[in-house]
Amino acid sequence: MELTAHDIITWMKKTNEKIQSNKEHLTSLDQAVGDGDHGINMARGFKEVVVKLEDTSYESVSDALKDTAMTLMSKVGGAAGPLYGTAFLKLSTSLKGKSADYTHFLNGLEESLAGLKQRGKSQEGEKTLIDVWSPVIEKMKESDDFDASLLKHTAGDSMEKTKDIKATKGRASYLGDRSIGHLDPGSVSSFYVFEALAETIEGGR
Amino acid sequence: MEPAGIVLISHSAKVAEGIKEIIHQVAKDVPIELAGGTNDGRIGTDVEKIQTAIERAHTDSGVLLIYDLGSAMMNAEVAVEMSEFDDIEIANAPLLEGAYVAAVESGMGKSLAQVKLAAERALQED
Repeated sequence: MELTAHDIITWMKKTNEKIQSNKEHLTSLDQAVGDGDHGINMARGFKEVVVKLEDTSYESVSDALKDTAMTLMSKVGGAAGPLYGTAFLKLSTSLKGKSADYTHFLNGLEESLAGLKQRGKSQEGEKTLIDVWSPVIEKMKESDDFDASLLKHTAGDSMEKTKDIKATKGRASYLGDRSIGHLDPGSVSSFYVFEALAETIEGGR
Repeated sequence: MEPAGIVLISHSAKVAEGIKEIIHQVAKDVPIELAGGTNDGRIGTDVEKIQTAIERAHTDSGVLLIYDLGSAMMNAEVAVEMSEFDDIEIANAPLLEGAYVAAVESGMGKSLAQVKLAAERALQED
């Protein structure tokens, strides 16, 4: 299977729907461990992404991802802007001039993960969105084609596991042990991103 | 050479404005530009605002960016990577004290590297 520019637009639309309908959830999670703006920031950013993508016609997956990245960087406002912006920009750059088949796409996601680590100066196990991106990508390496159910389950399980981690990066790190027992908001929004990708692969709408 | 410019990046527009007021007392000739808050007036930082501030503050001695909290640093890095200038530095310094010392040093005609170093040593006692 190979993703098209149209699939990227579907992916972002589905991500946007999930974020809009879970805006309050993301906000309350972020109020528990952060500054409480993750829901509002992500909702505004992805809404703008959809406006931009629907307004433009795309020849390539790379171009659609680049506009996604640039819109998120300029519209999100919190830490999520530069992080998600960097992730999608790395994916875009990696897929430039290439078809988005499984191997190329997975290589691109690895670049995204490297970008997230570099931008956030962070590693796995620090209660950040990396705790979803990293295990998802590791699991994808075991497969040789897109697998929607694998994506959903790995992303979902990884998100749940962030509850037990003590935050050592970002605003939540100021809480120390008190961050334990709460889901990481960035991991939850990343779950929506991968769940939306899985649904795009399944070919829903 | 003109004095190196300084960009104050804060989650709050008011914080950035207040710090500029304080600095203005001691360094009137140093270009100081603000990137405080988001474009729609909320708490946060904004890459485009930072880019605009960089362009305004830039001189032939370059420009130093000083930020307040983690995501401001990430947006500062993104702005630097997107910029066409290669003489931009980001100081890992407390926003008020760092910018204050940096402005004084820049006003004395110090190089960008020296201005950055001074900012990063702002809280050191020696």
